[in-house]
This record gives sequence, C-alpha cells and structure tokens, in this order.
Amino acid sequence: MVEKQQKKNNQSVKTTLFPVKSPIIQVKNLVKKYETLTAVNDITFEVFEGEIYGLLGPNGAGKTTTMEIMETLRKKTSGEIIIDGKSIDTSPGEIKKIIGVQLQAAGYFPSLTLTELMKLFSGLYNVDVNISEMLNRVGLSDKAKAKYKELSGGQKQRFSIATTIINNPKIVFLDEPTTGLDPQARRNLWALIRDIRSKGTTVMITTHYMDEAENLCDRVGIIEKGKIIAVDTPDNLIDDLVKKGFERKKEVKKANLEDVFLNLTGNEWRDE
Amino acid sequence: MNGEMNNRGKYSQVRAMLAIARASLISITRSPSAVVFSLLFPMIFILVFGFIGGRTISVDVAVQKQCNRNNPVYFALETIGVIKLDTLLTESAIDEGLAKGEVDAALLIRDNGGNSVPRYTVHVTTVNTSREKANVLKSILNNVFYKLNIRDAHIIPSVAELEENEMQIREYKTIDFILPGQLGFSLLSSGVFGTAFVFLSLRQTLVIKRFFATPVHRTYIVLGEALSRLVFSISGALLIILIGHFAFGFTLLHGFLTVINMLVLATLGLVIFMGFGFAVSGLAKNESSIPPIANIITMPQFLLSGTFFSISLFPGWLQPVCKVLPLTYLNEALRKIAFEGASLWSVNHEIGILFLWGILVYALAVKFFRWE
Repeated sequence: MVEKQQKKNNQSVKTTLFPVKSPIIQVKNLVKKYETLTAVNDITFEVFEGEIYGLLGPNGAGKTTTMEIMETLRKKTSGEIIIDGKSIDTSPGEIKKIIGVQLQAAGYFPSLTLTELMKLFSGLYNVDVNISEMLNRVGLSDKAKAKYKELSGGQKQRFSIATTIINNPKIVFLDEPTTGLDPQARRNLWALIRDIRSKGTTVMITTHYMDEAENLCDRVGIIEKGKIIAVDTPDNLIDDLVKKGFERKKEVKKANLEDVFLNLTGNEWRDE
Repeated sequence: MNGEMNNRGKYSQVRAMLAIARASLISITRSPSAVVFSLLFPMIFILVFGFIGGRTISVDVAVQKQCNRNNPVYFALETIGVIKLDTLLTESAIDEGLAKGEVDAALLIRDNGGNSVPRYTVHVTTVNTSREKANVLKSILNNVFYKLNIRDAHIIPSVAELEENEMQIREYKTIDFILPGQLGFSLLSSGVFGTAFVFLSLRQTLVIKRFFATPVHRTYIVLGEALSRLVFSISGALLIILIGHFAFGFTLLHGFLTVINMLVLATLGLVIFMGFGFAVSGLAKNESSIPPIANIITMPQFLLSGTFFSISLFPGWLQPVCKVLPLTYLNEALRKIAFEGASLWSVNHEIGILFLWGILVYALAVKFFRWE
C-alpha cells in the first residue's frame, strides 16, 4: 500500500514546482477518542517537504482534530507523529518553533492595531521582522494602524496568515483558510499560499472546497469518519474515477459561473 | 524577508512574556470599563468625600420665633463657630427638623425683666436621637453662663479657674481615612473583576489558543497577563495617591518613602486579589456569570472592610467577620503607613495575614483555573 503511494508520488514530481525530497511529516496510526466519539480512527499519512498537502473531508470528518494534534494543541489517544524529525511527544516546544499555525477559529486582541499585534507575535516567536514588509506581503499595508476588530472577514484571514509566517516556518498549517470568503479573496489567498510554498515552505491545508484542492494541492488525502480513504494527486484521483467509467451528468463547458463572476467583477482584493 | 527564526539562539520565554504584557496593557487601557472601575470610581468617591470634608462637628440650633435675640447669651452663641443658628424656621419646621435629625436643638431665650434674678431663662429642646450634639450644646451654654455670671458679679474665682490649652496635632482629615479605603477597593475590584474578565475573554475569543500554538510556555502567558494588570493598577494607585495628596491634602508622613511603602503594600494586595480573579474566571461559564460570582467576593469587603467607615462602628457580632477579610488588613496597613508613618516592618501583622490569604486564594485559583 505504502509502496503504491510512493510510486504515485514519484509521478506527481512532474507536476510539483519543487522536487519532493523526503517526508517532513509522518503520521502513523493516529487515534483520537473523546468520551463517546472516535474523531480520528487510526490514520497514517506522510507529507513531503515543499508540497502543498490538502486534507479534504466533510464537516466533522476529523480534519481539524488531526491538524490540532499535529500543531501540539490537542493530546492524541495513541499513534505517532514525527515533524521534521522530532516526535510530538518528546519535543512539542521545538516543533512549535518551526511551524506556523492558522487556526480555523482563533482570536487576536480586538482593540490592538495590526502593527501592535505583529509586535506581539514577533515577541512570542522571538523573531525580529520588518512588520510593514510582512503586512505588505499579505496586502494589508494600508491597514497597519487599523484595529483587528475593524477588519473584514477576508482581511482577518490574511492577517492570520501573516502571524502564521512571521517565524519563517518550515511548515504551515492552514485550517479552512478560505471558508466564508468571496471569490476574489479566495483567489488571492491561493496566490498568497503559493507564494509561501515558493519560498520552500511545506503547506498543509484543510478545505471542503474541491476546486480549491484541485487548484492548490500537489496531493490530497480524503478523510471520512476519522479514516483516510484515499491519498493521491488530484489528477490521479480524477483519472482513476474516470477509468472506472464515471461520467458527469452535465457536460463541462470551458468556463464556469465563477469564471463569469470574476470576469465581470475583477480580480482585485476587496475591502469587503 | 528578514524573519530569520533563531532556532540556534535560545528561545527567551521572558521576551515572549514581555510581548504579552505589553499587548495586554494596551488592550486594558483601551477598555473603558477597566479605566472606569480602577480610576474613575475611586476618584469620584475621593472627590465627593474630599469636598464634603465633614472634619468639624456642628450643632444645628433652630431659634424659635419668640426667642429674645438681644441679650449677652445670644451674642455669645453667635460667636461660637460650632453652633449654627437658624432663625428662619417656623415652629412646625423646627419640630419636623428635630424629628428628622436635621435640627439638633431648638432655642428659646426669655427676658425675665430688668430686676429679675436671673435676668434670662434659656430654654433648650433637644431630642434623644442626637444626644451627643445636645451635650455639646449644653456644655457650651454652661461655659457661656459661667463667664457671664462671673463677669456680672465681679467675682474672682476662688476655687478653680479653667486654663485652656490647645495642643497642635496632625489633623486627621476625612481624606486620610477615605483615600486608603478607596485605594484598597480599587485594587480589589481591578484584581478580581479585571483578571476574571481578561482570562475569560482570552479563552472565549481564542486568543489564548493562538498563544498555545507559539513556543511560549503557559506559565509565562499568565505571568505576562498578570504583569500588565500590575503595571496598570499600580500606576492607577500612584495617580490616586498623588491627586489625593496635591488636591486634597492627603497626609504622606514621610513623603516619597511613604508613597513607595504604600505601593509595595498595594502590589501585595493586588496579587492576592488577582488570585480571586483567576478562580472566578475558571468558575464562570460566560461573561454574564462573572459579576455575580465576583460580587460575592468584593461586596462584603466593600462594605465591611473599612472602606467608607471604621469597622469599629459595626455591631459586635459583625466584628469577627470584618476582622477576617483581607481588604480590612490592606486598608489598615495603608492607613498606618500613610498617616502614622509606620514602616512596612511595623505592619507585619497585617502583611502576615495577607500572606495567609494569598496561600488560601492561590490554592483555590489552582483548583478552579481553566485553560480552555
């Protein structure tokens, strides 16, 4: 099974910008049980250095739980996780230094300005960064003096990503970063995520938008009821399905409604 | 990108803690309720009591309509500052005033005619509810009679003569009592309410969860938050002391040294009160359940710890309760230091009891505090 995956990964090398080296994340037999519920049921997967790996699945499938265990925020019931050669059991502190975390739900002091918050996070990660450069990278330079509570949904997500990459991490975890955003904000967040990866950072992302996964991810793992049921490149998964004789009910046109929408309303970031 | 992660350099928890303290302090100063509770309320109470003054007693005497006002007794009373004569009240207003305690005594002086002995009869009506003031009035009248009688009779005192000698002591002003009480209460409410709201909101807004994803240790998150509260409240205390001193003549016996001693005590008190806040933040399910729980802790101390009036005024059965509360000891120690110029060592009894409270409170805080 692993061998088979490995072979397919070799194929995916052609479609990746960066050559895949070795697994930077290894998750083995991960289990998370709550009192009555098994949220994560014995999952195993690997993420390779420099790739964008998508964890896909419906709500409640166990995506966030898996991510938060990897981010050292939740305790696992059993299993093993190795991140950049360090075990989550023995060196959670070391792991926190080399990862960037964007939580699905996380807050910032609402009455602080973005500059003040960035100073806070430079202190928390012990880094000296050029704050205006960081804000510029996520397209928020003109909001440097705005309070966090005054931002729109998309701006909050972009700001959250700025705090995620402040420590120049080896791996970033993005949990549903585009949920609730308009098409423009989504597209531009994708560009930002590609930009982060182009600097050599490994990206692990969860989403339940398939177009997002298809556009962004080098490989995806599909998770359902706490189990991983498929891992491959989006192309291979689609090819496999087509080989089985699947056909769309409606013939695909050269453009879809989102293309129409973006064509009409433009691609610029909006101050929603 | 110069966001070079210093993996090689040692991670400094203190740097992270200071970053949290700084951010949290900015957040506190931008929160209207924090400023109102820790600065505005105490200042309002100090202003009110500062202006009321109430440092001298006065006896309100209503002069009845039939009262003869053209006699040496009346003239003498007019010159005595403690006696406030009111000639405008009707008979019914006088009765009502006596009943309500607005008037302490009614005065009626009758002229008995040129040859009568004695020439004047002074009739005083008092009420049992203001007996103390009535006694003041009586002794003043006796003094007046004594002087007038001697003068008129040209008698040389043969048995005894009164020699008055007023000693100059430091005036114990209302502000000297009120300010330490307000300071203590400001520290209590800031410590309990402020800490409880901050930690509950860190939990609810998931700010603390985001902190957990960074390398900072949990202990340093708490220390950072506590440091910001400390800086805010102790600055507030300093401001209250300075305004009290310069605007209302609050007594600082040894000046700057006294201020430092007061701030040391204030810090100790605040740290203990923050322990209550930690416990409350863990017990409260949401923001609206903080005030009831926090009030259980703060209200009894507000009333019974000598914030507004001395605990010696409370009935005997209530005294033991007063003498258990931590704010009582903070207030007492603050007053001794400011007015009597006591050193920190000489209030070691109060400080010792505060330390015992500290141990108890932090045992509770550890038991009830929740991270998520």
